[in-house]
Amino acid sequence: MSGDSEHGGDPAELHVTPDRYLTYRYAGASGDFNPIHLDDEFARSVGLPSRILHGLYTMALLARAQTEAAGGPDRLKRLAVQFRGAAVPEQEIVVSSKLVEVRDGRAIVSATATQAGKAIIRNATVELEQG
Amino acid sequence: MPKSPDQAIRPIAVRTYAVGREKIREYARAVGETEPLYLDLDAARAAGHPDLVAPPMFAAVYCGGAFEAAMHDPEIGLNLPMLLHSAQEFEWGELVLAGDEITTEIALSDVSERLGMHFYVFVSQSRNQRGEEVCRGTWTLVVRPR
Repeated sequence: MSGDSEHGGDPAELHVTPDRYLTYRYAGASGDFNPIHLDDEFARSVGLPSRILHGLYTMALLARAQTEAAGGPDRLKRLAVQFRGAAVPEQEIVVSSKLVEVRDGRAIVSATATQAGKAIIRNATVELEQG
Repeated sequence: MPKSPDQAIRPIAVRTYAVGREKIREYARAVGETEPLYLDLDAARAAGHPDLVAPPMFAAVYCGGAFEAAMHDPEIGLNLPMLLHSAQEFEWGELVLAGDEITTEIALSDVSERLGMHFYVFVSQSRNQRGEEVCRGTWTLVVRPR
């Protein structure tokens, strides 16, 4: 079963709308059952707007955009991200990337993930081994 | 370059994770991957791999046990309900395949405070059954004030 709806675009871009139940599937797949991802009432009780997406899920979307554009998992050598704000299900996430430079056989890419116009991952640095 | 656990201020845990073929598929589907190397055994073998390849971010799965141990370490005593993931870095080495056994060592590397927010930095190092490094991670968590 496909977990999200999406459309292709520029290879360095990814548009994904996680569906209502995504956080439950990601919890099962990853083993992270923190209730801030699963329970709206609990999430609000600790000052969040509602249950939020796992940070490592949004990071996985950003990683997927890179490996798809670069031609496979062995290309991705390093990824560093900062999580910002609270990402939620049922709103489109847009991953955007920009080549910064190529040095020592590696492409250095900067990337962001945004939702509703706000950064949920900013200052991502990606290192891709060139083919 | 992420630090390694032996440079850290407090070792916490070592955990070994056995990578299963169906777990790779489950994870890949959850994050919307369509790459055949993660899903299709014939495609993985045709590309020269003995079994399915794990996506790089499958590190979240094989590091999970060690990371859980860090989060629940009684001496650190993280206030879990107020905890958020602030930053993450992974650096990858050898690919991880179904059938691998990945051993992850995790340690506390740094603790700091800024504007009432407490930051905890953990470092992890993961090796496969041949001792080859597959991933290093730097995990930055923030505990928000109540």
